[in-house]
Amino acid sequence: MADNKHKLLEVKGLTMDFGGLRAVDSVTLEVHEGDIAALIGPNGAGKTTFFNCITGIYNPTKGDVLLHPKGQKTRRLNGLKPNKVTEMGLARTFQNIRLFPDMTVLENVMIGRHCRTNSGIFRAIIKGKGVQEEERQIVESSYQLLEKVGLADFANEFSKNLPYGAQRRLEIARAMATDPFLLLLDEPAAGMNPQETADLEQLICKISDEEEMAILLIEHDMKLVMNISDPIYVMEYGKKIAEGSPQEIKDNPKVIEAYLGEETDA
Amino acid sequence: MEYFLELFFGGLTRGSIYALIALGYTMVYGIIQLINFAHGEIYMIGAFVALIVAGVCTIYGLSGVSILILAGVIAVIYACAYGYTLEKVAYRPLRGAPRLSPLISAIGMSIFLQNYVLLAQTSDFLPFPRLIPDFAFMEPVAHIIGSPELVILITTVITMILLTLLIKKTKVGKAMRATQQDMNMARLVGVNVDRIISLTFIIGSALAAIGGVLVASYIGQVNFYIGFLAGVKAFTAAVLGGIGSIPGAVFGGLVLGWAESFAAGYISSDYEDVFTFGLLVIILILRPAGILGKVRKQKV
Repeated sequence: MADNKHKLLEVKGLTMDFGGLRAVDSVTLEVHEGDIAALIGPNGAGKTTFFNCITGIYNPTKGDVLLHPKGQKTRRLNGLKPNKVTEMGLARTFQNIRLFPDMTVLENVMIGRHCRTNSGIFRAIIKGKGVQEEERQIVESSYQLLEKVGLADFANEFSKNLPYGAQRRLEIARAMATDPFLLLLDEPAAGMNPQETADLEQLICKISDEEEMAILLIEHDMKLVMNISDPIYVMEYGKKIAEGSPQEIKDNPKVIEAYLGEETDA
Repeated sequence: MEYFLELFFGGLTRGSIYALIALGYTMVYGIIQLINFAHGEIYMIGAFVALIVAGVCTIYGLSGVSILILAGVIAVIYACAYGYTLEKVAYRPLRGAPRLSPLISAIGMSIFLQNYVLLAQTSDFLPFPRLIPDFAFMEPVAHIIGSPELVILITTVITMILLTLLIKKTKVGKAMRATQQDMNMARLVGVNVDRIISLTFIIGSALAAIGGVLVASYIGQVNFYIGFLAGVKAFTAAVLGGIGSIPGAVFGGLVLGWAESFAAGYISSDYEDVFTFGLLVIILILRPAGILGKVRKQKV
């Protein structure tokens, strides 16, 4: 990992307890500008809990979540409400699809953009000239986003009527609409067929190339992870057990053990 | 036929008032799954504020329609403030508590507000001035539909159109729909959910106050207890239409209004409540989620 890259997200010693259960145990992790980082590990390793701690759904028991936006002062995200975290520039998707089912595809994206606009409630109701102009821009930029993920033709469909793979892409578009500099994707390829996964891989690379967004993803599809991400972090039983490049991870005996069980002389 | 039309319009008028109040129940329920039992009291407070304003205006010699508008506006502002405060003190601290806790809090606030008005005003029925004048052009059809009914119908229709535009077309409306469909996800796309909930209470209260002013000037009297009955009826309308559904609340209100009106007109006014609530039971047996309600699958 080149040292000259700007560090965006810094998580230090993050710990999350649920009563007596330590779901995340002092995990330290960094995401740099331009990275596609991956967080992998067996089911129940605490990956999603880790995401929930970063995005304000849980307030971590211990540790720091620091965001270093480029050219701005560092922010500590612990204990902030999710909408504040989103405002700070973090966006995420979920393992299971969490679109607004009874809203159109376009509206789903537009709602993400609204958090970047300034007009308050009353101006939005009165709809002054500035607001209309702003609204027009939002529609336009939302369309651009939909084009990027290949959903522009479905803009006026209800999101619940989209095919599965398209719903996943819409979730990514909605997250991107909040204009984050770090995008957290929780198992974006879950339940996808090989073709959809391949499309997704392309999409993630395209986002990484074209937008100023770093990406941190949780994924079980090893082919996808090994193809696109560097660095890779591995968690097991709440602890980070390894980190490094795809090759290093593949060769790491601890990782092999976590996934395949201990080798025996048989 | 004329008698039928008279009952039809009478029912429509009543129904549209029920619908106005029911919207407040259904919007709040849609967003935080709370039956806001104090909603009827907001309606009652709206009517009282209008009465006070009307009294003051009469001293200063203003005339009917201008009083109605002024009283209506001030009543709406007052009711909004009450609705906002109600949410802030009685429901927000209980966010995340089991669902029964805010429900009890709602019942408590309802009793509190009733007694507050009882003490601050009186337990008697107070006469409310007839603020809606008889329009001359309504003369030929006055035996079927009078001027007050017309004003009530027009006001409710305009209010509902504005509400629909707000929900369908504005950014705030989008945020409200998003919050209703998935509150946590709405937070994650940057919606300030607490503000949206406050706003929902404010809008619901405004609608209730409009209803309160219209009904009070139509019936001609107010009392601290009117909110209870209106609240129960409107709640019934919301359930009938499918609680959580906005078109459902309007539809439920109209069905309820007509049922009452026709039952009173063709059978006996002593039995109108029997018929309305009988209707509620039948509809809920046939369609447990209400007429336009959706069966929500509980996530396990």
